[in-house]
Amino acid sequence: MLRRIALLIPVLIGMTVVTFSIIWLIPGNPAQTILGEQASPQAIAELEDQLGLNNPFWVQYGSYIGDLLTGDLGVSMRTNNEIITEIWPYLAATMELTFFAMLFAIIIGVNAGIVSAWKQNSFFDYACMLIALVGVSMPVFWLALMEQWIFAQELGWLPTVGRSDPRAPIEPITHFYIIDTLLRGNFDQTITAIRHLVLPVIALGTIPMAIIARMTRSSMLEVLRSDYIRTVQAKGSSQGIVVYKHALKNAFIPVLTVVGLQAGALLGGAILTETIFSWPGVGRYIYEGISYRDYPVIQSGILIVATIFVFINLIVDLLYASIDPRIKY
Amino acid sequence: MKKVKMNLISVSCLSLLLLAACGGDEDTASDGNTDTNDNGNGTEQTDGGVLIFARGGDSQGLDPGAVTDGESSRVTKQIYETLIEFEQDSFELKEGLATNWEPSEDGLSYVFTLREGVTFHDGTPFNAEAVKVNFERWADPDHEFAFRDEGYTYSVYGTLFGVGEEDVIEEINVVSDYEVEFVLNEPLGAFLQNVAASYFGIISPAALEEYGTDIDENPVGTGPFKFESWQRDSSIVLKKNEDYWEEGLPYLDGVTFSVIGDNSARLSSLMSGDIDLMDGLSPDDIAQVEGADGFEIFERVPNNIGYLGFNTEVEPFDDPLVRKAFNHAIDKEGVIAAVYGGQATPAKNAIPEDYLGHNDDIEDYEYDLDLAKELLAEAGLEDGFEFDLWTMPVARPYMPNPMRAAELIQAELSELNITANIVEKEWAVYLEEIELGYHDVFMLGWSGVNGDADYFLGTILHTDGIPGSNQTFYSNEEVDALLDQAKRTVDPDERANFYEEAQVLIHEDAPMVPLVHSIPVLAGSDIISGYVPHPSTSESLKHVSLTNQ
Repeated sequence: MLRRIALLIPVLIGMTVVTFSIIWLIPGNPAQTILGEQASPQAIAELEDQLGLNNPFWVQYGSYIGDLLTGDLGVSMRTNNEIITEIWPYLAATMELTFFAMLFAIIIGVNAGIVSAWKQNSFFDYACMLIALVGVSMPVFWLALMEQWIFAQELGWLPTVGRSDPRAPIEPITHFYIIDTLLRGNFDQTITAIRHLVLPVIALGTIPMAIIARMTRSSMLEVLRSDYIRTVQAKGSSQGIVVYKHALKNAFIPVLTVVGLQAGALLGGAILTETIFSWPGVGRYIYEGISYRDYPVIQSGILIVATIFVFINLIVDLLYASIDPRIKY
Repeated sequence: MKKVKMNLISVSCLSLLLLAACGGDEDTASDGNTDTNDNGNGTEQTDGGVLIFARGGDSQGLDPGAVTDGESSRVTKQIYETLIEFEQDSFELKEGLATNWEPSEDGLSYVFTLREGVTFHDGTPFNAEAVKVNFERWADPDHEFAFRDEGYTYSVYGTLFGVGEEDVIEEINVVSDYEVEFVLNEPLGAFLQNVAASYFGIISPAALEEYGTDIDENPVGTGPFKFESWQRDSSIVLKKNEDYWEEGLPYLDGVTFSVIGDNSARLSSLMSGDIDLMDGLSPDDIAQVEGADGFEIFERVPNNIGYLGFNTEVEPFDDPLVRKAFNHAIDKEGVIAAVYGGQATPAKNAIPEDYLGHNDDIEDYEYDLDLAKELLAEAGLEDGFEFDLWTMPVARPYMPNPMRAAELIQAELSELNITANIVEKEWAVYLEEIELGYHDVFMLGWSGVNGDADYFLGTILHTDGIPGSNQTFYSNEEVDALLDQAKRTVDPDERANFYEEAQVLIHEDAPMVPLVHSIPVLAGSDIISGYVPHPSTSESLKHVSLTNQ
């Protein structure tokens, strides 16, 4: 277990080199981008100097690592704010979105998979697997646009974009809006926040949901055919106990792998979803950083997302060990 | 167990339905807290309500002098005011924070009489000292409020008045509490137009002192709306300034600027009533808005030029005959129909049509392929040639779909045996490399900020702009002389004459194909009244109200 955790250090160092180099290699002059197309050459030269853009690679990398070690993620060129404080609202928005997307994917996906395996070759099984197949092959942006068109624009059931009603903005405390509105005791706004979550959560959660459903089904089928299940069944346990108590535990290990991978992939999918639904999350933050050539924001944003990804994988690996005592690190 | 699963599914379905049902009354609640009274012409004028204005991107900052993007000035325009203001729908000047101003005989000094009884949002009085502090802050890099070390730059001030020793404003003197004198090094024809640009909004000196470098997130001005809160990439909330100096204004209780990046999502939000007004409607979507009940289209006056520029230093574009041939070979009306959805007028000069000095007598090169062929033959290029056509990678107001425009031009030139290879580069690289002259022919445009011809001609076609803003590398001494004279003349009629003459020469030299002056389009709900889009893209919303019909 300690070895598994120690492995993090070289991974994290490697990440800083990669993120820093990518930025270094992107062509174009950030000073120009910051000042816009109508800026004078003097102003551009002045800003370049000020930002230290004329220093060599290792000097810039060295000072970057030095800052990181003291917990300084730098200052955004676009806003002049400390990134470490500025990024929190975005991170919270993304975490809220991906948490519910994952919850949606796991609850619907695992249950659909279990029931499909349980009732193999039934109508429900076929229907589920058809939906899963469509779900896997559906591009996120297309699903998102269709949802907006049908449920927001045509039917008017749910809001099109954003995290809260622009006419009654939510005042953030933790920036997790559901928690914030509950803390303030404003339950109308809690409902508003949930309503804003529905469409993006479905858009973002559908692909992992479909993958989890398929994985659960095949894993479950395999387990249901094994000897120990037959033994349990022979003891006369009800089908529900057999499936949910005895089979699920063993069937869940491969599912957990998929859940872990999908949780990471969600961060990628979140950029598209956040763009289409104007969800002010970390994907959008990095995207804006890129379009403004905001070097520190791009670097720190990618680094934070990559770090989260690494930790999700760590948690998944540690969960394996706790579910299946045969796995050791 | 079966029950458990069914419960799960039905609970999910039920909660979805419930959530959908909860939405029903939200729309009606939106403006419900407003007093209505009949304004006499059948509609009800609503005092108050909050206008939700959605745009594609967020503001960079809210310090008006330190920003260059339209998304920032659109917001600062509500919070800050300038000494002189533009008329609602044009660049004509009218009173702002100053009620009177006159140039001295020699054009070297202006005394502004300031409006009395105006207070900043923080309660401190607006006076001559405040004007002096603001202008000196932009001009002097060592000023205590310049914040240069924290990355503040005042780019537009530099462009319009000059940087350092080139700064045309020599000194600013406080004559009395409500009189301030600007002393110039040399006359500047566009001085008053410049002062009226939204970038020169006056900030409370007390707020500069209090917030320091955080001033761009804590704006304090004299405008009709006060800053309330800002969530980056989401929304900026402004509230009515109850102590606004203009009696009875503003009508609205507040304005919220929302960011909705995706064009179609923004339109969906408008259609579903989540927002009231949206900027940047795609030309393709105009028909959809016009076909729907309860919505209307707002058009801005064109205040830009979209053009095809030649690198006049490389072959064969160093030959005016070739440049003229291109001018004859491009069907502007066709481009407007295909790319702009008709929302543009064909351009023949580099400045918009209603500008002082726009030369309407110039006859555009007509669309005539035979004539183009003749000119090419005369240049010895009847067999055609190949070149790189640099195409913008991003849509701009003056060029909503650059790739489609480039393909049209490519197709037309192919009829003259000319092969245009479309080159697309990343936006920052594109701007950088055309400044360095790596291109043959490029697409670009320019939008006005102060309604003055100098901002166009003096920037993109004067020799002083090489290297930099003059990317055609066009250099003509006579033109330079005329532009310089126009710049230093204060009398409007004389200035107009200089510009008109310069345009004749530029037209003859043809360093560019002026394509269009585009008409940016907004869409909004028809409960909005009193909204007048300004050509600068930043308008005050103090006259806007929401009505229930």
